[in-house]
Amino acid sequence: MGSQGGFYQSKEFLDLVKSIGEARSKAEEDRIVLSEIETLKRRISEPDTPKRKMKEYIIRLVYVEMLGHDASFGYIHAVKMTHDDTLLVKRTGYLAVTLFLNEDHDLIILIVNTIQKDLKSDNYLVVCVALNAVCKLINEETIPAVLPQIVELLAHPKEAVRKKAIMALYRFYQKSPSSVSHLVSNFRKRLCDNDPGVMGATLCPLFDLITNDVNSYKDLVISFVSILKQVAERRLPKAYDYHQMPAPFIQIKLLKILALLGSGDKQASENMYTVVGDIFRKCDSSSNIGNAVLYECICCVSSIYPNPKLLESAADAISRFLKSDSHNLKYMGIDALGRLIKISPEIAEQHQLAVIDCLEDPDDTLKRKTFELLYKMTKSTNVEVIVDRMIDYMISINDNHYKTEIASRCVELAEQFAPSNQWFIQTMNKVFEHAGDLVNIKVAHNLMRLIAEGFGEDDNTADSQLRSSAVESYLYILGEPKLPSVFLQVICWVLGEYGTADGKYSASYITGKLCDVAEAYSNDETVKAYAVTALMKIYAFEIAAGRMVDMLPECHSLMEEFLASHSTDLQQRAYELQAVIGLDAHAVESIMPSDASCEDIEVDKALSFLNGYIQESIEKGAQPYIPESERSGMLNISNFRNQDHHEASSHGLRFEAYELPKQTVQARIPPASLASTELVPVPEPVYPRESYQTTTVPSVSSDAASTELKLRLDGVQKKWGRQTHFPSTSTSNSTSQKTVNGITQVDGSNTANSRTRETYDSRKQVEISPEKQKLAASLFGGPSKTEKKSATGHKSSKPSSHMVKSHAPKSSMEVASEKTSPVQQPPDLLDFGEPTVKSTAPSLDPFKDLEGLLEPTTQVSSAVNHSSTAAVTKSPDIMGLYTETPAGAHHKDSDILSGLSNSPMTNMVGGTTTMQVAQSSKSPNLKDSLEKDALVRQMGVTPSSQNPNLFKDLLG
Amino acid sequence: MGIRFILMVNKQGQTRLAQYYEWLTLEERRALEGEIVRKCLARNEQQCSFVEHRNYKIVYRRYASLFFLVGVDNDENELAILEFIHLLVETMDRHFGNVCELDIMFHLEKAHFMLEEMVMNGCIVETSKAQILTPVQLLEKTS
Repeated sequence: MGSQGGFYQSKEFLDLVKSIGEARSKAEEDRIVLSEIETLKRRISEPDTPKRKMKEYIIRLVYVEMLGHDASFGYIHAVKMTHDDTLLVKRTGYLAVTLFLNEDHDLIILIVNTIQKDLKSDNYLVVCVALNAVCKLINEETIPAVLPQIVELLAHPKEAVRKKAIMALYRFYQKSPSSVSHLVSNFRKRLCDNDPGVMGATLCPLFDLITNDVNSYKDLVISFVSILKQVAERRLPKAYDYHQMPAPFIQIKLLKILALLGSGDKQASENMYTVVGDIFRKCDSSSNIGNAVLYECICCVSSIYPNPKLLESAADAISRFLKSDSHNLKYMGIDALGRLIKISPEIAEQHQLAVIDCLEDPDDTLKRKTFELLYKMTKSTNVEVIVDRMIDYMISINDNHYKTEIASRCVELAEQFAPSNQWFIQTMNKVFEHAGDLVNIKVAHNLMRLIAEGFGEDDNTADSQLRSSAVESYLYILGEPKLPSVFLQVICWVLGEYGTADGKYSASYITGKLCDVAEAYSNDETVKAYAVTALMKIYAFEIAAGRMVDMLPECHSLMEEFLASHSTDLQQRAYELQAVIGLDAHAVESIMPSDASCEDIEVDKALSFLNGYIQESIEKGAQPYIPESERSGMLNISNFRNQDHHEASSHGLRFEAYELPKQTVQARIPPASLASTELVPVPEPVYPRESYQTTTVPSVSSDAASTELKLRLDGVQKKWGRQTHFPSTSTSNSTSQKTVNGITQVDGSNTANSRTRETYDSRKQVEISPEKQKLAASLFGGPSKTEKKSATGHKSSKPSSHMVKSHAPKSSMEVASEKTSPVQQPPDLLDFGEPTVKSTAPSLDPFKDLEGLLEPTTQVSSAVNHSSTAAVTKSPDIMGLYTETPAGAHHKDSDILSGLSNSPMTNMVGGTTTMQVAQSSKSPNLKDSLEKDALVRQMGVTPSSQNPNLFKDLLG
Repeated sequence: MGIRFILMVNKQGQTRLAQYYEWLTLEERRALEGEIVRKCLARNEQQCSFVEHRNYKIVYRRYASLFFLVGVDNDENELAILEFIHLLVETMDRHFGNVCELDIMFHLEKAHFMLEEMVMNGCIVETSKAQILTPVQLLEKTS
């Protein structure tokens, strides 16, 4: 329990912690904390509180905040405590401040001074404490206040100070790179520090610097490689070893840096091959940390310029990961596989069944990781299976964050690899239906554009088929009760554009559907706007085709509603619809040409089509237009209607009323229809042209709509097309088939292959369900390929330069076969049988033990006295929390307090032998256990023989 | 940045230690802790020790009644973080002697001090147990 001195704790504090520990519910905990807040508010501002007491109050404040309650009333006291002279009190003050305040808090200004003073302290521990605070509390503005001192401290004789100073400088670099840009060379210098701790810490800022600017650090490749070599050769002090690995955390950091430096750089990479290869060999793949380093090696190998030998080692490591029973290793294996397939795509094939197992695993984490892998290996041959799987999974989850991500991936893959229009439309429908509100609106616009543009080839029948199937599927989907807004917008737009295009559906049917949509989603104005515009298009097409327009009654009522709508946008659209219906066929055809959403619109900014009119006006005596730049004096509003006024534009203010403008058609032509050179006689009502431009949704004419669409789509790449294959994948397909070098290799013929598979299956007694086989086949490159795969399985011949040991595929089958048996994981509990702990070997000298016991005995016995009455009633309380033995806690090391359970007072008084037994079986320090015992008794719990399992499960 | 936060939570979901390396308001912390703890505590021993949550990846490990949860960036080496947790526990164990939940509760500041030595700016800066514990032990001696 450590020393009592500086860490003295009052009964009150112990009681608080005890009651928090005992709290059975969040509500109870909240009650305790709330009453604690009241106590603290009263006590903390009392004058002359001793600093020990104050320190305790501050820690109680930390508890209050940690448990989710506001403790801001006490912040100032934490700030005050940083001024204290006692190191422990000061450090606690700093700790509390860093936990309570963010760097922009008002109180920070009060601390900067203290920090400055402490950074100058003679006591290096004080300096360290201040540096900790610098890393959390100094913001961009206060950097200059401490920067000179930090730079000085970089050369401090104490390594702990140098290390923290480096991190402080790093923090400044993160906050404001420009403020320390002249100091970055210090990071390079510290890399050569004598102390491995300082060197290791320096790798963190260097990693960032290199990420931002690789080329400036290429000269360090040699240094990093040599450091890594030394680390791997155990040149660092033993203290940095972890589970027999030499400084693994430093190795990992170095490998990360090498991966950056070697990426796409053959020369730099060549320097790394030897050391990375060495690490591959040296790593102990039976320990977690060994595998962590191995994984980092794989990441490095797949990032740097490829080296066949290293790739082979990486592939080996991956297959070990995937074959492991541990889900953690499988996870790492899947991730590593995703990295490696970028370089050697064929490696995925060997692990297909392992991958499918991971995909079907109930563990969500593993499943997602596998989806990530599938996403990386999607090509046109397997896109259907993968996207279907993704969508199924997307439908099954509730997590919106991930749903969004997977939906956008589906869309991306569908756009890139879609095998057919039908499939594409259906896929998009599913995505929209189930995640419509989560996908980016751009996706919807993209879809509309794709339907409108078709495939860019001169294949009009295919395009119209695409549209017809879209219309058909949308009409069907409209039957669903609740659809996302974005999807409805797409549906309305497509129905408006193409609903009646193929003549299959009558205008009244489509308009009826559109009215239904507008009614059903009456609180979604965007959808309603889309619906009205779609209605207008349908009617316009009807009129243009010379058919009578017979507006449905529900459509009439809808229009009435919209004409009086509070939304100006809706109102305008409704008026426009009304106006268009009143026009003759010729005019309608000009303003609403059918299927013209893809036509380019030339906006004639010079308004040249007005030339004739201007000429005429001038001849009649009108003043010519003077551009604004040439006009002097006040801007006169009449200039806007310049051609209407027969007066010269005046140079000063006019005091008489303006004349009423004449009714002119020209000035009010919506810009959208300017493209058509003829003037359309638009009757009343006319609207101010501005409103056309301000509408945010595709507006009136289809032309306008498509301009808007075009504008929004500017950033979107056009990826979709039937012919898009990844050249690399297709070549890899063929090569992997060609380069098979086994003589007995079966390839090509289906019949032969299926026979092979049958025999294979029966011989190996492997129970692989046919669905899984099928899935594997469809994921990993067509049926013939799987067959080939299983053939390789037992004929053991391997393709390509990136060799994999011949047994690999076979055993991947075995892994699959074993997957039905429950997966066993090594116990997750801390195994204190490890050397580090063992090294503090129990002392076998009984007298020494006794000596140690003399001191606490009095304490203990008094505690027992005190608790004996309480024990009966209280025993089930706090410790009840800990009495459960965790399932599978089968490790030999006994728990912290097991000493308590079998060390009643008799042991202490006389029996040294019993004590010895107890000691050798458990903790290194009996005295500590007894102190704990004492404390627990103080808290009112008596470990009794009836409760031998007390504390059994506590950490260890 | 690497490590975004370190939490210790018992199996009832009560927070026993929380250290964030990026600023979150009290409400954000409370919400985040609630969601994460619910997610992690619902998992069984066979499942991965990693959970994706929003932009974080949570690496967690259970020791008896106490869960250690570390939130990291997406490109961290999860296994290494898992072992970092173990290193932390071993370090605390060396100091407290068979560390338990109560040790952390009664000596919250000491647990924080150890973390301060191991992690700065969300980076692992010290992995030698001796180096981590020296300042903490000196603190004890001087006061």
